[in-house]
Amino acid sequence: MRRYLFTTDHRMVGLQFFWLSLISVFLGMGLSLLMRFHLVHPHTKVAWFEKLWPAGAPGGVMTPELYLSLMTMHATLMVFFVLSVAPQAAFGNYFLPLQIGARKMAFPILSALSFWLTAAALLVLLAAFLVEGGPPLSGWTSYPPLSAVGEVSGPGQGIGQSLWIASIAIFCLAAILGAINFTATLLEGRRAGMNMMRLPLTCWSWFVTAILSLLGFPVLLAAGILLLLDRHAGTSFFVPSYLVINDQPIAHKGGSPLLWQHLFWFFGHPEVYIAILPGMGLISEVIATFTRKPIFGYRAMVAAIFGIGFLGLFLWGHHMFTSGMSPYSSIAFSVLTMTIGVPSAIKTFNWLGTLWGGRIELTTAMLFALGFVSIFVTGGLSGIFLGQPVLDLYFHDTYFVVAHFHLIMGVAAIFGIFAAVFYWFPRMFGRMLSEKLGKIHFFATFAGVYALFMPMHLVGIAGNPRRYADFTAFEFLSPLLPVHQIMTAAAFFTAAVQLVFIFNLFWSMRRGAIAVVNPWRALTWEWQGAAE
Amino acid sequence: MFGRWWFPPAISRDAASYDAQFMRTLIAAGIIFVAVQVALIAIVWYFRASKNPETRKANAVNQRIELLWTAATAILFWGLLALGSRVWAGLQFKSAAPDAEVIEVLAQQFAWNFRYPGADGKFGRTDMRYINDASGNPFGIDTADPRSRDDITTVTLRVPAGREVKLVLTARDVIHSFFVRELRLKQDLVPGMAIFLHFVADTPGTYEVPCSELCGLGHSQMRTTMIVMPAAEYERWKREQAH
Repeated sequence: MRRYLFTTDHRMVGLQFFWLSLISVFLGMGLSLLMRFHLVHPHTKVAWFEKLWPAGAPGGVMTPELYLSLMTMHATLMVFFVLSVAPQAAFGNYFLPLQIGARKMAFPILSALSFWLTAAALLVLLAAFLVEGGPPLSGWTSYPPLSAVGEVSGPGQGIGQSLWIASIAIFCLAAILGAINFTATLLEGRRAGMNMMRLPLTCWSWFVTAILSLLGFPVLLAAGILLLLDRHAGTSFFVPSYLVINDQPIAHKGGSPLLWQHLFWFFGHPEVYIAILPGMGLISEVIATFTRKPIFGYRAMVAAIFGIGFLGLFLWGHHMFTSGMSPYSSIAFSVLTMTIGVPSAIKTFNWLGTLWGGRIELTTAMLFALGFVSIFVTGGLSGIFLGQPVLDLYFHDTYFVVAHFHLIMGVAAIFGIFAAVFYWFPRMFGRMLSEKLGKIHFFATFAGVYALFMPMHLVGIAGNPRRYADFTAFEFLSPLLPVHQIMTAAAFFTAAVQLVFIFNLFWSMRRGAIAVVNPWRALTWEWQGAAE
Repeated sequence: MFGRWWFPPAISRDAASYDAQFMRTLIAAGIIFVAVQVALIAIVWYFRASKNPETRKANAVNQRIELLWTAATAILFWGLLALGSRVWAGLQFKSAAPDAEVIEVLAQQFAWNFRYPGADGKFGRTDMRYINDASGNPFGIDTADPRSRDDITTVTLRVPAGREVKLVLTARDVIHSFFVRELRLKQDLVPGMAIFLHFVADTPGTYEVPCSELCGLGHSQMRTTMIVMPAAEYERWKREQAH
């Protein structure tokens, strides 16, 4: 009990975070399959939909409000409980002390507390499925007034929305505690000889990610508390005067819906880098290991991590080009947005530079690292369209954006996580994952995500709005149905091949080949000791 | 290019400059995409372990090449941005001409309403107390105000071809977004704000307007159309509506 549940051992806490994010990612993926199914079969009756959601799917046909609440939960699970947990909290807690020669994190009790708060946040979030009206339908961005005025604006906007905000607030606390711990450990916990410019790039990215968390999550926490006050204490931070919703006059006076957007995206944009930076650090180390070369341009890579982190704090406004914000601000945000492409490009070129002249071994971990580079470039390039305010006037809130952020934030970060699992599994469990199954899993997933997200750009270019529960009301949307069918098929294929991974994971934990010490012949310190 | 899996034809000059900027960006992005993906595969293939028993180069740093690719990407990205910003400035930094046709747009869950000032060129007073959807007064027009007598309200948007139109956008409940694909324009309607949007539509026709900001359970059904009419026909339509 003490060993597994209320442990303060950094490796055990890391594993707890890992299992929590694994549960979340499968829940989130399941929800996305229900959504993709509904989009191409909006009228099909499915008996067990009604069993699961009697109010949300009467007669087995999914209602728009159920679709939107599944969408909200999918995004919230993925963004917070997977992408903000696995790369940083799971692998960071486990490997940061090992890589810098510390025996533990600086504050072991904070590590445990951070995990238990995260677990509580997950339970509060999932509780929204059980309450009257179900989960909120306002998306993971929860823009007020939709999210601020209660049930009058839609089912799920009552208690479901309050639970959502409470869950995010608890999550913020956990993330802040974790970030304090990471920062302190990196600055104070290094063993003699491990000076900063010898740190593996994983440690540098965990460090910058922790700083971004320290600056971003408190703002989201504050915004969430203000939103709760608007909902339950009669304040008007985000709700303006003279609203009439559903024929009911609203009593709030003088708030600003745009204020929420500024606060939310001040967190929300750094969040993208919170998700992706640890993956960037990890794949740099994986590529170095499997080319048998030092990282090309180590100092430039460290500078690029800081450049991305620093610039990432100042370009939240590019989510708001169509919001009614001043068009002059848009230019400023746009300049910074295009500028962050430069350190991103530096990283890509340095990865290619590391590969050049190496002795490249295509292990599964290496394949996922190379897949990361490929997906990162593809997802990044749609960013140079969206970063230009004028082009965003058309693409904002279309599937072009959905394709962009799923590739660069979702898939790239997940490939980073897969690379980490395949790379570090021997150190975590003392056995090897099956390379054969790993390769099948990699190539199928790589093909699947390209088949899923490349056509998505096309429907975006045709102007297909996102967050639509069905495409039945518009003439211009019906010819896009075949493309949506391809995407849905690709989504089901991609999800199915994840079962290969799950099988590989659990089978290899018990039956995999026994790992030798340092099986990859890596040079970083976490390998310089016995496997577990 | 891909028929209905691509942009619809542009119906304004600004939309045509949008398309030009999109194509410039697409060409730049396309070249980088192909170059980097091919380079990645080629390098991995060429330096694979089965052909290279030893690492060939232990190069760990090269300041000159580092500076070169940094400068190249910066110039490319900022160059694209400079070109795009000219189009943006043309759209957003100048206000509508004084003689532009002014139309109010009011969005609500899940419907669009439009109001024209009528022959006197002036909008009547509104107050939320008079809002009554059932009796056809979504704007809350105060009928006691003489300026309101000739106001026209509709649920589809009609605009004159070839003349500048200035929309005054508001929402009365939650955030919505006005999107006309053929104009390459999108603007949120935010409760508590009046946001201006101006354009000249040249090609008569009927164009769909999908709500493009999540506004609740009816979001995907929140549809109207923008009908671009030849100017003379538009004036005739307005006169017919007035009485």
